[in-house]
Amino acid sequence: MKSFTELCKNIGKTSSDFSKIKLAILGDSATQFLGQGIKGLGIDSKMEFEVYESDFGQIDQEIFNPSSGLFNFDPDFVLIFHDSNKLLQKFMDTPLDQRQQFGESHIQNLSKLYSTLKEKLSAKLLYFNLAEFRDGVFGNYSNKVEGSFLYQLRKINFNLMNLSSELKDLFIVDICSVCNQMGRDHFFNARLYYQASLTISLDGLPFVAQQTLDIIKALKGQIKKCLIFDLDNTLWGGVIGDDGLERIEIGNLGSGKAHSELQKWGKQLKERGIILAVCSKNDEETAKEPFLKHPEMVLKLEDFAIFVANWNNKADNIRDIQKVLNIGFDSMVFIDDNPYERNLVKESLPEVCVPDLPEDPVDYIDFLRNENLFETSSHSGNDQKRTEQYRAEAERIVYQKSFSDPGEYLSSLKMQAEIREFDNFSIPRVAQLAERSNQFNLRTIRYSEAEINSISDSQDQIGLTISLKDKYGEYGIIAIIILNKKTDHYFIDTWIMSCRVLKRGVEWFILNELSSLAKSKGIKEIRGEYIPTKKNKIVKDHYQSLGFIEKESQWILNLDKYQEFDNYISKA
Amino acid sequence: MDKAEILKKLNDIFINTLDNADIVLKMETTAADIEEWDSLRHIMLVVEIEKTMKTKFTSKEITKFKNVGDIVNSIEAKK
Repeated sequence: MKSFTELCKNIGKTSSDFSKIKLAILGDSATQFLGQGIKGLGIDSKMEFEVYESDFGQIDQEIFNPSSGLFNFDPDFVLIFHDSNKLLQKFMDTPLDQRQQFGESHIQNLSKLYSTLKEKLSAKLLYFNLAEFRDGVFGNYSNKVEGSFLYQLRKINFNLMNLSSELKDLFIVDICSVCNQMGRDHFFNARLYYQASLTISLDGLPFVAQQTLDIIKALKGQIKKCLIFDLDNTLWGGVIGDDGLERIEIGNLGSGKAHSELQKWGKQLKERGIILAVCSKNDEETAKEPFLKHPEMVLKLEDFAIFVANWNNKADNIRDIQKVLNIGFDSMVFIDDNPYERNLVKESLPEVCVPDLPEDPVDYIDFLRNENLFETSSHSGNDQKRTEQYRAEAERIVYQKSFSDPGEYLSSLKMQAEIREFDNFSIPRVAQLAERSNQFNLRTIRYSEAEINSISDSQDQIGLTISLKDKYGEYGIIAIIILNKKTDHYFIDTWIMSCRVLKRGVEWFILNELSSLAKSKGIKEIRGEYIPTKKNKIVKDHYQSLGFIEKESQWILNLDKYQEFDNYISKA
Repeated sequence: MDKAEILKKLNDIFINTLDNADIVLKMETTAADIEEWDSLRHIMLVVEIEKTMKTKFTSKEITKFKNVGDIVNSIEAKK
């Protein structure tokens, strides 16, 4: 982690290809340093922050006054920071008989701030939870006394989680965890607090800025989707090819517990929807032996979407994994104990995240847990199936090679698609796709779950999901369409498809469906638009290839002349 | 460590923290002499000096610092 001084030196080192983000910071303590830390750290992720700061202690005034500087600024993100030291001051000013409700009223106030903000702004709200400390009044007995400071402080932290699961655009920045990890003696500096009203030490600021930025990046679709493990001395201690099945360290042997713990972490991530892969320098048969025969292995072969064990260089192997999964290099994490392999991958594939593991395996897991590699901005039940879906994909690729005619291959897949309007079951997944998809995304308009919800209720828009299955299994929802209903045409506000289903003719199926939907309402024209980004070149010619005609930077399809595309997908 | 050595170390800290390689500190240098030395940077300077010199100032000492010489003298007195 860079020091605060180093982050300050970063400020201003922007470039024209950086994404621009407007962040408003409202705090009840001095927040200038926090703003500088976030600005400086943003540079390393190619983000240029424009920061608006209110004078401190003006949180309510900024939000409840509709003509405040905050609303003029029109931020993408609003960060609110109620500090726990200030909270104690407020707590001490609260009459004794009202202290049991202190936490509850704090949460209610926040809920009011949120709804007032959301009336006017589409911005997402980031909120710091509270760094915990004791006030030395009841001692450990505080835990029994509802009217004690610690009791109310922890109640707030707990209820913040409840509130943020209710309010879709409220995201908690867990600075309490940062403080726990560093220790309060390092996180808080009394002199800075009393002399400058700074409530986070200069050592703590970069870590707090990092957590804030992690959330912002996740909300902008920058997330990790795949975890690639090395095997020898990473998933187990020792070298399977040299030491043999009985002597590799896993479970109770040697430092085996540390490796088992790493495997358990991998398993948890897999269950959350992270795709696991193996990339190892080994003979494939030798590499697979522990997974098949060792009784203490936590991860099994079926937990991995792809298993690559050979003697090629690891960068090439990771390129192959990337091709099969069809995800960006910047969404991959590679874990390897060997600094040589790590550097090779870092140099050949700079976008892949390669954490520098500590030397001693016992330190692996704590280090990785604190790197916050897998921040996310959404979660759906569908995530758990992802590895199965990618495994099926790997099988399809092998199967495809046995066909010389692509049409013959596609028809043999026996694809079935279902098209539905957004509903309560699909909305979380729709929001996830809308927030994450970068490549097959014609206009890259980002929608939050709350916004998707309002589209499903709207009279002026139609939101559609398309799900697909074939003989290998279900893909789940693989495309989203949002149509804006105009008087004489439908405008395709959003067309997103999962890159897993490219070259299957899904776009033909979808356009056929859209055209019959529009015709049934007497609409004669469908219009689309392509807004280029760095990542969506793949759909540059999308509308042209579907027979749309370009006119004044929009693409127009005349439905009177439209002839349905032949395709290999039947409607379920 | 004598005053000259302390002054030399402080100079490095100032250059690094204020991100200005041209700074040349003297005992009588004050915040008015260096453009980047504002109240926020002052906080960073004090924290950096404490860390690098492995010393700790009290709040009272800090408020009494009038120039670089005061800082040097305070560090020397604590050794």
